[in-house]
Amino acid sequence: MLTLTSPVETWAHRLPAAGKLAALAAGTTVLFVVDASWILAVALAAAGALYLSGGMRFAAAGLRQLYPLWPFVVIVVLWHLWTAEVAAGIAILLRMVTAVALANFLTMTTRLSDMLVVFERLARPLSPVLPPRRLALAFALVIRFIPVMLDRMGLIRQSWSARSPRPSRWRVMVPATLAALDDADRVAEALRARGGAE
Amino acid sequence: MERSLTHIALFAALIAVLGLVPKIDLAAGVPITAQSLGIMLCGTVLGAKRGALAVILFLALVAAGLPLLSGGRGGIGVFAGPSVGFLVGFPIAAFVAGWVMERTTLSPAVAATAASVIGGIGVLYVFGIAGMALVLGKTLSEAAFLSFAFLPGDVVKAVIAGLVTQSLSRMRPASLLSRA
Repeated sequence: MLTLTSPVETWAHRLPAAGKLAALAAGTTVLFVVDASWILAVALAAAGALYLSGGMRFAAAGLRQLYPLWPFVVIVVLWHLWTAEVAAGIAILLRMVTAVALANFLTMTTRLSDMLVVFERLARPLSPVLPPRRLALAFALVIRFIPVMLDRMGLIRQSWSARSPRPSRWRVMVPATLAALDDADRVAEALRARGGAE
Repeated sequence: MERSLTHIALFAALIAVLGLVPKIDLAAGVPITAQSLGIMLCGTVLGAKRGALAVILFLALVAAGLPLLSGGRGGIGVFAGPSVGFLVGFPIAAFVAGWVMERTTLSPAVAATAASVIGGIGVLYVFGIAGMALVLGKTLSEAAFLSFAFLPGDVVKAVIAGLVTQSLSRMRPASLLSRA
């Protein structure tokens, strides 16, 4: 499965994931405390510089990752033009775009496996109720079963359209959910037969 | 133990798959994504605790960098954007939906629809609106006004969640862990 990690190798790929995550948490907190537009503008410029330090291709990919924000940008722009509080609107937009851009930078420069290791480490205080190995197994199961279920969803759709001229709509949900429940039972049996999940 | 784990993991995968299937499919003319339907089903089928854990597992994989949210979004950036409230509300919505489902003796269709409305719309919107107000710098009522665009689609999804839960309870009564 494709992840959001950038295939363009940058210097930030080599930094430890936990350190990047801590820096991101600190940076985002600062962004939401600061209200002055010029500081937020400097932060956005810094984020832009971070992306450019990875090269043009990396920066362009980063820009594309921000695209889903456009409806919110339009809403904020229209809203603040209408209420004539333009300065406040600028601060809000700068903060939102910078926060998302910084977080995306972390995701684009960190491999999925590294992030999951950090999560497993963060969950270690929970180990009496949630053994780390069980968490790792849960991650692996989800990642393995997404393509299996996607394929099966396609098959269910095909068999519907082979039998009915009408579109399938929500009815495919029933066999899809049922199959997930059955799979869960079978995988549980299989795990048990192999010594069980601890 | 293994059964709980596999149910949680496979429903986390189901939420992901529902976000990846093309839109428009679920109801005539209303372009909605099925992802929040998956959240509702986690509650109504798995029950409060397992449902919420499945959603948390799904969100952890999204945060880790898999583009599993509808529209192929993902990564930790989605937790910094305006929809953060909805994401934080997802597991709580599943928990409340499951809790309602476990506590009533109504027929599965009615109970699951009601549970989805209470959890998947009522509780979810409280969190979603608060998150939107925070990120977009709006008051709660202004953010609520912006969120109501999603309401018709979510009502359709709650009804579908009820229908799917009912069908499951007929085909495989034992599979409804929320009523076990």
